[in-house]
Amino acid sequence: MAMTMTQKILAAHAGLPAVRAGQLIRAKLDMVLGNDITSPVAIREFDKAGFSDVFDREKIAIVLDHFVPNKDIKAAEQCAQCRAFAKRFDVKNYFDVGEMGIEHALLPEKGLAAPGECIIGADSHTCTYGALGAFSTGVGSTDMAAAMATGEAWFKVPPAIRVELTGKLQPYVSGKDVILHLIGQIGVDGALYKSLEFGGPGLSSLSIDDRLCIANMAVEAGAKNGIFEVDEVTMDYIRGRVSRTVSVCTADADAAYDQVIHLDLSAIEPTVAFPHLPENARTFAEIGEVPIDQAVIGSCTNGRLSDMAAAAEILKGRHVAKGVRAIIIPATQAIYREAMKRGYLETFLDAGCAVSTPTCGPCLGGYMGILAAGERCVATTNRNFVGRMGHVESEVYLASPAVAAASAVMGRLADPRILMEGKDGSK
Amino acid sequence: MKANGFAHKYGDNVDTDVIIPARYLNTSDPQELAAHCMEDIDPDFRKKIAPGDLIVGGMNFGCGSSREHAPIAIKASGVSCVIAGSFARIFYRNAINIGLAILECPEASGKIQDGDELEVDFDSGVICNRTRGESYQAEPFPAFIKEIIEKGGLLASLRG
Repeated sequence: MAMTMTQKILAAHAGLPAVRAGQLIRAKLDMVLGNDITSPVAIREFDKAGFSDVFDREKIAIVLDHFVPNKDIKAAEQCAQCRAFAKRFDVKNYFDVGEMGIEHALLPEKGLAAPGECIIGADSHTCTYGALGAFSTGVGSTDMAAAMATGEAWFKVPPAIRVELTGKLQPYVSGKDVILHLIGQIGVDGALYKSLEFGGPGLSSLSIDDRLCIANMAVEAGAKNGIFEVDEVTMDYIRGRVSRTVSVCTADADAAYDQVIHLDLSAIEPTVAFPHLPENARTFAEIGEVPIDQAVIGSCTNGRLSDMAAAAEILKGRHVAKGVRAIIIPATQAIYREAMKRGYLETFLDAGCAVSTPTCGPCLGGYMGILAAGERCVATTNRNFVGRMGHVESEVYLASPAVAAASAVMGRLADPRILMEGKDGSK
Repeated sequence: MKANGFAHKYGDNVDTDVIIPARYLNTSDPQELAAHCMEDIDPDFRKKIAPGDLIVGGMNFGCGSSREHAPIAIKASGVSCVIAGSFARIFYRNAINIGLAILECPEASGKIQDGDELEVDFDSGVICNRTRGESYQAEPFPAFIKEIIEKGGLLASLRG
């Protein structure tokens, strides 16, 4: 039976020769992930169920990233629960303040996700690791608890949408513009319960950071997972990070897809998703004068080194507009350090930005950049739902680091090409 | 198993950020979460909801964050069942895993109005609208999922 990439990985982990869309299976897991918000609930359920040990102390990752460094007493208590659990079972991949990073930037960086693997995480953006050719999906805390004990999870095998990439991205256009464009096209439930499988001749031009960003937001189209074909770019990235044997899965040539979407990368423009859904995608030809109060550059979607580089290129020698607060959050300690070595952090400080230690804080309206009523923020994050970053009457505009940086300088939503090339997409 | 109560109707894409805003995720206590359930979409939800009442949503109910706090908050509010045209997949899993009854039924989602009195039979999947004298057939659960629900959630089902 012809299978998609996702179906092949699931079959291999279920110990079956083949699986078909709709089939319910139990699959073995290569990694089980949780954070400081979702792990406490999982730990409570794990203890309540009376489990005495974890299935494999090397295949569990607990990353404190949402509300750390602790934002308040209750958050501190939740982190203490995670810390105690990690110590009790000697969880090897436990990352606390000082070595932690935003989980979906940290795991690939540490080599904890690899092609062909089957990964779940109690965080919806766990679908990020599909960028490396893994099957990876978000679940809840009870699933995490069961998986920590048994090393398995149940899945309904998804059908797939194939995204056939051609062409090459233009300057100042990145993976974020690609995924916002795609979600704009198919809607926030356009891939509900399905895999989004990316491949085609345009794939090789996309960097790993672009792929991680695109896979990260597959869930914003309702997808179960986003997954990329494995190529030289993938293998170059995992070299030196992953030492275990990797089994690469490719889709059968005659695999069935519910839909095939052709995406010409060279035609994609800088894109912004307007409030209050990621599907409200607009290019600058459709964007008028939208003044902003805040810009946030960071998150599991866009806090990687290339994102810092894109922001630094635009902010170099420029200054954030009066009245705009710009907050930049490198996603891991390694990214922070490299951004410092390359002079990006100094560029950000010179431009009048605040630079933070890694945290998910502002993205989900936790802390470190909450919005007041009536305020507007351009953010490189992944959701712009009502109240996502603060007051229910605040607004979030999702964009790439280049767009967010240009907007911070201009004090309004701005096409980075105006600043860098004198081009204006709105004219 | 049956549920009886009044419908509280919402639109499409009700996300987990409005079901339980992240500012309250510094706790996982069900009662504390219930105190803020639906706060950012319907500030009066707490006052309106009576034990056994139902939430009726449109398409893609529960999209967004994987926070299990969302179905926990709904369940702890006394809601007996969520009916929607479709559910986001993580919310669907979480609801089953914690034992919050959910039914997927586009017809019911479209026809039920706010305040309608409903009776739901989980065995047959029939939703009866007493106010309008209509009934709708929801998708039955696959046997595998029914077993998880009947055993009282995922962890209980693992213990056999």
